[in-house]
Amino acid sequence: MKIPYYPGCTLHERALDFDKASRECARALDIELEELEIWTCCGAVFPLTTDSVMDILAGVRNLAYASRLGDKVVTLCSFCYNVLKRANKVMRDDPEKREKANLFLKADTDAREGIESYLKEDYTGQVDVLHYIEMLRDVVGFDKIRERTKADLSGLKVAPYYGCMLLRPKKEMEFDDPEQPQIFEDFLEAIGCDVVDFPMKTECCGGFQIVREEDTAVACSQTVVNSASRRGADVIITTCPLCRYNLDELQKKMEKSVTGFRKIPVIYFTQLLGIALGIDEECLDFSDNYVDPRPLLAEKSLV
Amino acid sequence: MRLKLSAEVIKGDLVERVAELSGQNLSACYQCGRCSAGCPVVEEMDIVPSEVIRLLQLGQVEPVLDSETIWICASCLQCASRCPRGVEFSSICDALRAIVLRKRLSGSVVDADEVTRTMVSDAPQMGVVGALRKLNG
Repeated sequence: MKIPYYPGCTLHERALDFDKASRECARALDIELEELEIWTCCGAVFPLTTDSVMDILAGVRNLAYASRLGDKVVTLCSFCYNVLKRANKVMRDDPEKREKANLFLKADTDAREGIESYLKEDYTGQVDVLHYIEMLRDVVGFDKIRERTKADLSGLKVAPYYGCMLLRPKKEMEFDDPEQPQIFEDFLEAIGCDVVDFPMKTECCGGFQIVREEDTAVACSQTVVNSASRRGADVIITTCPLCRYNLDELQKKMEKSVTGFRKIPVIYFTQLLGIALGIDEECLDFSDNYVDPRPLLAEKSLV
Repeated sequence: MRLKLSAEVIKGDLVERVAELSGQNLSACYQCGRCSAGCPVVEEMDIVPSEVIRLLQLGQVEPVLDSETIWICASCLQCASRCPRGVEFSSICDALRAIVLRKRLSGSVVDADEVTRTMVSDAPQMGVVGALRKLNG
């Protein structure tokens, strides 16, 4: 089964491990992620100002590209998911912005040729934006994943970190409960892990503030890492490359400033899924992690 | 802080602009403080979120535009998620930043040249693009 896939710039450039592991897992579950023929950056952040049409155009253009391939598009990065889903909602619910955006897209598409002449009809929000974890639950099914799980992950204590962008704002994202989400817990239970619940699972990692002031991101990320650590987690999973960067890389700073700091590996949820499905470690690529998860996985005989 | 209040100040154009740009009903806030309590970056702010909203209710936009707070918000929307009155402080921050950035009232807090020189090879693209769009305009 083919499903249109939007990787986004970070998975195309920096989080290659996430992209690779996710494609491998999809293949093992009989899904082919069909990358959009053309796509651009989604803009990374959804504008919170009410008069911004220009700032949603990148997201809308990618949705229009996706509409040529099918009625849904899957993405992995939390920022892309947030931007695409919210931009899509604007196109569904706001007639004035929908008209303006389509006028722009039409002018844009008329100036191009061939594959890049993408807008065949007005884009009105006809594509459903799915996160990969929603695809696993709703298209593949967690029961099938449970059946396909080959590795014994019992005893591996995994803390699912959601961050902000999947969940908030709730009325637009409609992803899960913003304070007590369950989807990653259900996923982890399906692949046989011990789930570690921790109070900071929906707290911000500092996000793009890493670019302005590193100390801000260190403080935020440390709150999250410590919370998971105190609950006894062996490993944290995430679906956001920026969360992964902040929580993992910034442990360099945390270990210098906190006596007795216990480092915790932070991996993408599809890397863990890959281990569960028995996919070769080479394909899951743990070379980019600052805190190397391989010793832990070897100790549990998982690699 | 001593404030001289009048109807004109409280209903000033700039306050109206903040309400319009953010799409938020500023007077809905009854100062419970849950936004400030839940904010992950509140310790770095010079004016905490609920105080920003109170100042805006009193027409005091200038001190808010001059604050560090509006550049520290990471748009995580925890404030909005927990507000019992449906006010999104993150959106108010975006509106305040837009007012500054669109007029180029002051130098940007993030220098695009500096960021592209130091961060691009290492940090995820989404962080760099996000910061430049939110903090550089």
